[in-house]
Amino acid sequence: MPRGTLTKALQETSFYGAVAFFFVLSAFPFYWMVITSFKTNGDLYNVSNTPFWFNDPPTLEHFRYLFEKTLFVRWLLNSLIIGVCVTAITLVTALPAAYSLARMTGRNGEALGIGIFLTYLVPPTLLFLPLSRVMAGLGLQNSMWSLVVVYPTFTIPFCTWLLMGFFKALPVEIEEAAIVDGCNLFGAFVKMAIPLSLPGILTVVIFTFTLTLQEFVYALTFISASDQKPITLGVATDLIRGDVFYWGEIMAGALIASIPVAIAYNLFLDRFISGITGGAVK
Amino acid sequence: MVAIADSVPKPVARFRFILDRRNVLGSIMIAPAILYVLLLVGVPFLMAVYYSLSAYTIYDPSWSFVGLANFEDVVQDPVFQQTLYNTFIFTFGSQMLGLILGKFGALVLLRPFPGRKFVRALVILPWAVPIALATVAWQWMFDSLYSVINWTLIALGVVTRSQAPNWLGTPHLAMLSVIVVNAWRFFPFAIVIFLAGITAVPQDVLDAATVDGAGFWRRNYQIIMPMILPIVAIGLVFGIVFTFTDLSIVFLMTMGGPVGATSVLGFAGFQTGIVSGDVSHGAAISLFMLPVLFIVVVAMLRFIRRREV
Amino acid sequence: MAAVATRDIVKKFGEVTAVNGISLNVPNGEFMVLLGPSGCGKTTFLRIICGLERQTSGDLLIGGDLVNDIPPRARGVAMMFQSYGLYPHFTVRHNIAFPLKTQGVPRAEIGRKVEWASQLLGIGHLLDRRPRQLSGGERQRVALARALVRQPTALLLDEPLSNLDAKLRTSARQEIKQFQQRVGVTTVYVTHDQVEAMGMGDRIAVIDRGQVRQVGTPSEIYDNPADRFVATFVGAPPMNIVARNGSYLGFRPENFLPKDMVKDAAFTEFQFRVDRSEYLGSERIVYGVLEGFDAKEVVTAKLPPAHVAEEWIRPGEWHPFAVRDAALRHFDNDGKRTSRR
Repeated sequence: MPRGTLTKALQETSFYGAVAFFFVLSAFPFYWMVITSFKTNGDLYNVSNTPFWFNDPPTLEHFRYLFEKTLFVRWLLNSLIIGVCVTAITLVTALPAAYSLARMTGRNGEALGIGIFLTYLVPPTLLFLPLSRVMAGLGLQNSMWSLVVVYPTFTIPFCTWLLMGFFKALPVEIEEAAIVDGCNLFGAFVKMAIPLSLPGILTVVIFTFTLTLQEFVYALTFISASDQKPITLGVATDLIRGDVFYWGEIMAGALIASIPVAIAYNLFLDRFISGITGGAVK
Repeated sequence: MVAIADSVPKPVARFRFILDRRNVLGSIMIAPAILYVLLLVGVPFLMAVYYSLSAYTIYDPSWSFVGLANFEDVVQDPVFQQTLYNTFIFTFGSQMLGLILGKFGALVLLRPFPGRKFVRALVILPWAVPIALATVAWQWMFDSLYSVINWTLIALGVVTRSQAPNWLGTPHLAMLSVIVVNAWRFFPFAIVIFLAGITAVPQDVLDAATVDGAGFWRRNYQIIMPMILPIVAIGLVFGIVFTFTDLSIVFLMTMGGPVGATSVLGFAGFQTGIVSGDVSHGAAISLFMLPVLFIVVVAMLRFIRRREV
Repeated sequence: MAAVATRDIVKKFGEVTAVNGISLNVPNGEFMVLLGPSGCGKTTFLRIICGLERQTSGDLLIGGDLVNDIPPRARGVAMMFQSYGLYPHFTVRHNIAFPLKTQGVPRAEIGRKVEWASQLLGIGHLLDRRPRQLSGGERQRVALARALVRQPTALLLDEPLSNLDAKLRTSARQEIKQFQQRVGVTTVYVTHDQVEAMGMGDRIAVIDRGQVRQVGTPSEIYDNPADRFVATFVGAPPMNIVARNGSYLGFRPENFLPKDMVKDAAFTEFQFRVDRSEYLGSERIVYGVLEGFDAKEVVTAKLPPAHVAEEWIRPGEWHPFAVRDAALRHFDNDGKRTSRR
């Protein structure tokens, strides 16, 4: 049946064409980062060269410049400190809050949980003006510690929601057994709920960290001193001298900052999705 | 038989076991989170509202109440009208494009093929990677002189070097560019949401539909789509909220230009309130996001409620 | 170990009344079964005894002390859950030791008691495994060991056999009853399965819609049901109930026999039209209607197949049947039993 074969071949071709389209669409900007960061400037800024591959041998020049002549290492460190502090604050507040919403507050808790989650949707662009005044009042203007204070405003709601889902998924009998076996309510939380939801907590830690890495608006509005910037802000705004963009260095920096986030997302995506949608499809 | 001590405690004072009451301990455990959010979201929000009603600037922190004067100024400003219009175009355009890409991406990724896992991992990247960094990469791809897109178009003979588009320097092209970048940033999220929804549709429902004679498209649009609508709606709420209030893409790619063609609410609020220091007008501009956010949030609440039934 | 007593316990969840005034005395060492259909409030009542729920009103006494405001950990009760509630991140040894640890029992003492409990239940070889590596029956034993190890004031069991398959259930029933007798602990056992209730309970409390319908020994419940609910809930097939002169007449299917098989002098005769019969090996269940009664009231007879041959009983045939008068029960219009007989 030649006609059937032809249709089949056409279908296959268009399917793999679609795969290729999505492949290129998602990957090309990152390929572009990689190739730019390893090209010599002479190669980069020559329009007659084929841009997709190296015309001169690849170079580590941009990376060397980034690490030796810029504040890149400092930005990396800033981001790390901010991430760790925000994650700690988030866990300490969101874990008990999520457990309370999942197990202790009944129907009021449900409304309260949705209320807390909705604050996640209050955009930074609505709050940055008053918050920048608040930070000035706290003496934190132009300091990375202002970000440590502000980032929990979105990580706490988000993580409380995620953790609430994880806690609700635990079989309640285990905590009840612990309560009958002599624990108080808080003991059941610490000895049963927390150890049993460690995978969920790990997911939350990873996502809190990546959220702090991704944030841009608060960093942009609160911080102008170069040595206080987190890595995203530093790479995006500080590698420009006047009108000159240091494209090689910018792409190298973007690449380094992107890799850990990309890996984390891919590892924890499924749990993240089940948490965020909370079983909306049943 | 082992002797068992009769060790029942006598009734004791009510307060000794106060922490054994769920409502008491529950309130204590949730208090820090609520306080944090109230102090650093609730209070600033009220401050934003007050700023918008006062004549407050960082040079003249007088807090004098001026009523709706700031809003009147803002609304009558043609630049602001342009900004508001841009914001809707930006949001609508990028969400439409993102959803279409997401739906087709999900269909593609549903079918097994060699290397599917690898492609899926790559497809997540635009959403995972910090948007500021990805935007900078796009800015470089849209560069007026060294644009790889233009190089390809020229090499393919579509345009000549002198006709090559200046992506970020022409009003309509600049808007198109920021829309594309934002759609590019959101389509993996849409794919993931669609996939999560589709894989949650019970196989026996699909089998029943197939047995009843439903073909591929009918299954898709009459069985799967209605079932995954709630989850897609929640995903869309996220997309709309974050796009409507976005600042980073426009700030990094076009700085609102050329001549305000890509200025959006978040960006205008930033320019007026932070860069120019006119806090009260900046706050008034930002507050124009509220009605849209409100509608979106109400829609979301209704979906959540429906989910509970 | 201690007696458990409740006085007029009421529990409301919002508008819904789950427990509607239960007063029950469980003397020291008794095995009390709470039997009722699902949703009748028996589990809620058990959770109130153990302290996981707080009653809306009414009093609860354990060992004579009022424990209304005492949290579970201070009541000294043990509970075995439907799916056992074993701690999946602990070993079996740690699971059994946990109730002792929370009470601050010294280590040596814990070791000794864990040893005692695991010997009692024959799970000494499992102590270093984790719950997920155990079979259903083994999990049940571990849960029982964990419940017994602290020598509780009362042992509460919430449908503990419902997760086992039918074969295991019979032996598990025996085991639980055996250990209860050996340890002599006051036990409250919730089930919807009448076989479990009849086989294990010293006494049974039949519960319906949040209220106790009858408390009594298995034979009292079966032979002299207090009302039509108990009569039809206990027994398979249930007691036949037919309307007569504004009241009701009840008789068990196994007492409804062909007239010539009834040996007693005093009996009541019925004309029985056979509609359908089922052969179940050890018995034959025959469905039909009685002459002179409502044709919608299906009556069942449980006959010994050895004595009643297939050809004898065919659909559509009329046969003379009879019930010994001693086996007849009378219920009034409200469903309450009116006489001893």
